[in-house]
Amino acid sequence: MTEWFQSTWLGEGFGWFLATLILILLIALPLMLAVAMIIYADRKIWAAMALRKGPNVVGPFGLLQSFADGLKVFLKETIVPASANRGLFLIAPIITFTVALLAWAVVPFGPGAVLADINVGLLYLLAVSSLGVYGIIIAGWASNSKYPFYSALRAAAQMVSYEVSIGFVLIPVILWAGSFNLSHIIAAQQGHILGVFNGFGLNPLLFPLAVIFLISSMAETARAPFDLTEAESELVAGYQTEYSSMSFALFWLGEYGNVLLMCGMNAVLFWGGWLPPVDWDPLYWFFFGPVATGFFWFFAKIFLFFFIFSWVKATVPRFRYDQLMRLGWKIFLPISLIWVFLVSGYLMLTRYDGQPVAPASEAPAISTVSIAQ
Amino acid sequence: MIAIFVFYLFATLVVLSGFMTIFARNPVHNVLWLILAFFNAAGLFLLLGAEFLAFLLVIVYVGAVAVLFLFVVMMLNIDFAELRAGISRYWAIGGVLAVVLLFETLAALLAWNEGGIQIAGRAPTPANVPNIEALGAILYTRYLFIFEAAGIVLLVAMVGAIVLTSRRRGGLRPQNVSKQNRRRPEEATVNMKPGVGQGVEL
Repeated sequence: MTEWFQSTWLGEGFGWFLATLILILLIALPLMLAVAMIIYADRKIWAAMALRKGPNVVGPFGLLQSFADGLKVFLKETIVPASANRGLFLIAPIITFTVALLAWAVVPFGPGAVLADINVGLLYLLAVSSLGVYGIIIAGWASNSKYPFYSALRAAAQMVSYEVSIGFVLIPVILWAGSFNLSHIIAAQQGHILGVFNGFGLNPLLFPLAVIFLISSMAETARAPFDLTEAESELVAGYQTEYSSMSFALFWLGEYGNVLLMCGMNAVLFWGGWLPPVDWDPLYWFFFGPVATGFFWFFAKIFLFFFIFSWVKATVPRFRYDQLMRLGWKIFLPISLIWVFLVSGYLMLTRYDGQPVAPASEAPAISTVSIAQ
Repeated sequence: MIAIFVFYLFATLVVLSGFMTIFARNPVHNVLWLILAFFNAAGLFLLLGAEFLAFLLVIVYVGAVAVLFLFVVMMLNIDFAELRAGISRYWAIGGVLAVVLLFETLAALLAWNEGGIQIAGRAPTPANVPNIEALGAILYTRYLFIFEAAGIVLLVAMVGAIVLTSRRRGGLRPQNVSKQNRRRPEEATVNMKPGVGQGVEL
């Protein structure tokens, strides 16, 4: 598509610009729709586990509940507290929301269907997810209010702590795949288990890391049971306390966007991304061709992980703050560090035979049915 | 064309946020401007083809160091009027520094005459080798000892920080997490049946 735009009268530069803009919208708008629907799904799952009905009034089965909520929030007045730091107060939700959208640029949705196929994709994701904390800190500080401030401090410490363990969990995956590129990481998982099953997660050496990553991603997105930043019994609503109207909605959208992203990351890094679970040819194209099938498997995996997130939210009580810190620093960090040694040692023994490491640019070629180009 | 435009965008923003880091009145604003400067510097790295350095800058400085920095600045109640009171004592050193920096800036401006800005393809990595591999190949061969020595220095600093802060204080009753986890309902609650008008003795 980019080439087609570049070949028209728009020229190379502007054609690229316009094509990329359209592709960004093609990702961002469905993402927002997905966030609306996933909030509905979250409430339904949560309700079912609490033996309630959940939203069931607006639209068939309550499907339009999120849109009704969105409309309601949109029509409210935006209140800026008198003692708040006005500029920062309004910028904070924008940062949260933008950062939540930014990360999707490098996520491969299907074979070749990725906006930016950069060779430092995983680093980009780490960088973007480390930015997410700023929205919360700035919101907490700019509100000029006690509880948001406490919440901001908690969020800062929590996210920085869990980023450390996430970073160490990623290293063995990168070593095994031999690349930072997410498409290559997915391609390296094809037939990873005995040539039959796709996904690093089934590998006994990497399975503990998959578990650590799942838990860390809940902590990183400040999702229950790690939602200490908005623990209502202690901090009212945390950093969102002073927010109303669309600025509140942006936090909400950004939060669920991040949750979806982390579900996607679980799928991409450990469970084969858009690959089917079993390396059997019909599973690659049965759903309207290979690209659509890739989308199908990827979304199915995202939804599976979101279900796990919801399940945990519905059943596990909230951690205490010292327990949270203990889990991050005293349990996950040492385990993931040891696993870095284990995996790199195993790879050194089996793959390189003590020889110098071959350049990873020979990473397996991915099947290229491209819609991004 | 886009590269040139983006270069000037990032460069302007770096300089602007650098100025604002110095001139903003509120310390929290100062730190936020500094973070913006880091961010745009990362953008400049990206334009130079040093994508690994760019993302490392964002992950390490923006994502970790600046967060902790912001954390501290938000907690402290810094009185800037008091800090400014010391200006008469330091103006001499500050003036010398300013002159040195001015000369450096002039030297940089003179280097401009050496040619225009060629943004792409400046990174001295071989073609078709990603940044990370090029950097890793050189770090783990030629600069191995320096690299590991830097690691040891950091380790010593870390151990030192822990030793300095983790003193054993008396009178504390810390939680024993494994003991808490071992606790079962049977030992936590006792079912009693007190008679009417009688208390419970535990």
